[in-house]
Amino acid sequence: MDPQNGCCQNQPGLKLPPGPASDEIPPEVSSLVRFAVADELIALGRANSLWPLTFGLACCAIEMMATGMARWDISRFGAEVFRPSPRHADLMIVAGTVNKKMAPAIKVLYDQMPEPKWVIAMGNCAISGGPFVYPGQYAVVEGVDKLFPVDVYIPGCPPRPEALIEGILELEEKLTGKRRWPRVETP
Amino acid sequence: MLLLNKEEALARVAAHHVGGPNETFVLNLGPQHPATHGVLRVKLTMDGEYIRKAECVIGYIHRMHEKMGENRTCAQFLPNTSRLDYLSACQYTHAWTGVVERACKIEVPQRAEYIRVITSELNRIASHLVGWGAWVMDLGGLTPILYAFDDREKILDLMEGICGARLTYCYYRVGGVVNDIDDAFIQGAKAFVPYMRERLKMYKDFVTDNVILRKRLEGIGIIDQDMCLRYGACGPVIRGSGIANDTRKTEPYSAYKDFDFDIPVYNECDSMARYLVRMDEMEQSLRIIEQALAKLPEGPFINPKVPKLLKVPAGTYTYATEAGRGRFLVRMVADGSDKPYRVKLRTPCLSNLSLAEEVCEGMILPDAIAFLGSLDLVIPDIDR
Repeated sequence: MDPQNGCCQNQPGLKLPPGPASDEIPPEVSSLVRFAVADELIALGRANSLWPLTFGLACCAIEMMATGMARWDISRFGAEVFRPSPRHADLMIVAGTVNKKMAPAIKVLYDQMPEPKWVIAMGNCAISGGPFVYPGQYAVVEGVDKLFPVDVYIPGCPPRPEALIEGILELEEKLTGKRRWPRVETP
Repeated sequence: MLLLNKEEALARVAAHHVGGPNETFVLNLGPQHPATHGVLRVKLTMDGEYIRKAECVIGYIHRMHEKMGENRTCAQFLPNTSRLDYLSACQYTHAWTGVVERACKIEVPQRAEYIRVITSELNRIASHLVGWGAWVMDLGGLTPILYAFDDREKILDLMEGICGARLTYCYYRVGGVVNDIDDAFIQGAKAFVPYMRERLKMYKDFVTDNVILRKRLEGIGIIDQDMCLRYGACGPVIRGSGIANDTRKTEPYSAYKDFDFDIPVYNECDSMARYLVRMDEMEQSLRIIEQALAKLPEGPFINPKVPKLLKVPAGTYTYATEAGRGRFLVRMVADGSDKPYRVKLRTPCLSNLSLAEEVCEGMILPDAIAFLGSLDLVIPDIDR
């Protein structure tokens, strides 16, 4: 895979190398064009088989579990393979409050995940500290994006399973540039 | 599985020395581990597969609940209580509204008390279902949790219909409940009782009587009565050790004295006893729901005379409820202002966890996982 453009890391769509227009591609560059198509395929594969890290912190984890169960069935979207080891996972769903004692452990988990990797901040605590922020608070990290980059934010306390599924669809769109399911129009 | 008592286990440990007589290694169970149900960390000093010493390290999800009680008004603190033990949100909010009602001498209409009992018992069933499913999953049975969550969703639908939340309910208010229950809820709850009874029979046949489960749980994690009393254990842990301690009976709060129900007690003191207590408690909860629905009184669902800003008279007040995991007690010290001076939350999981260090000594590691599951811990409840 092309090291510069191949990983499609956190970048929607394709990134074609600069050069002449496609109808006059010289033969030595044409291999790159094929890589670009492969990128699209790989992104599609990744988007349809996200492996989340089994990592529950607090209340949101119960809703994350509920999303994995029969009623909401996250496996319809290929994301049901919850892995307890960060080495096997490519998606971290931060489900719950991160406090200052836990922050180094989460950072280590994030660093242990192999590239490419994505992060969903699930719930108000992971987004901003949520209800536990007040002047003079001493324990809570005010948003997990202070520790590492976050791709999708899902608000709620806790978010409903539909919201988590929507977050996963949003992440898929970020990977492939396409929406798997039409957006539901709200009146 | 080999069943050993403590002395035999320690003798076995002493007999299996490969790299010197005292060679041990430290194993971190957690803070990210699927079997600790959250972010509990257990620092295990291992001798091979045997645990020499288990040190529970807590605080990975400390969220300043008690401190937050001091810097906000009674009404503002209410949502916090449902996030302590998020699986027993009803009983926890009940304790907080109860302590404020007791302090400010606010009358609660009888209908509201009945609604509180019904929702609390539904919540208890949902909580036990999650604990049960996750525990059996830890032991390797991956299917029951799917059924448990299926039943739980039925309860969540009922609760969502009356208060809008699925998990962290903020349904109880000082002086009553926020919404009256409607016909859909009453019919749904009435239909749920026979449905759940059928399911409990199925769970007994397929899971409780399963020989693998029984071999994993029977005789594992013995907590004797003396240890329960020394550590202040509560909930299914103490009732699995032959002590019928249940706040609903010992200090009947709300409308619990109107109902006929039993406290399940088992004398075996092992993990299986705690398992059976939980399964029986679900049946007793169904009994309470049935009775409460049958004699649900008419009338207002909230006391209309509750002032918007409550000023709590100076003094110390306590209120205890029986949550899914045991006795939850709120102690509030007030100084006459609108904010409490000090809030102390006595949570069941902390006292239940504290005996783990003593019990885990000499166990083999897979048994320790089965034992920790039997405590049914919710970690934010420990750390607060």
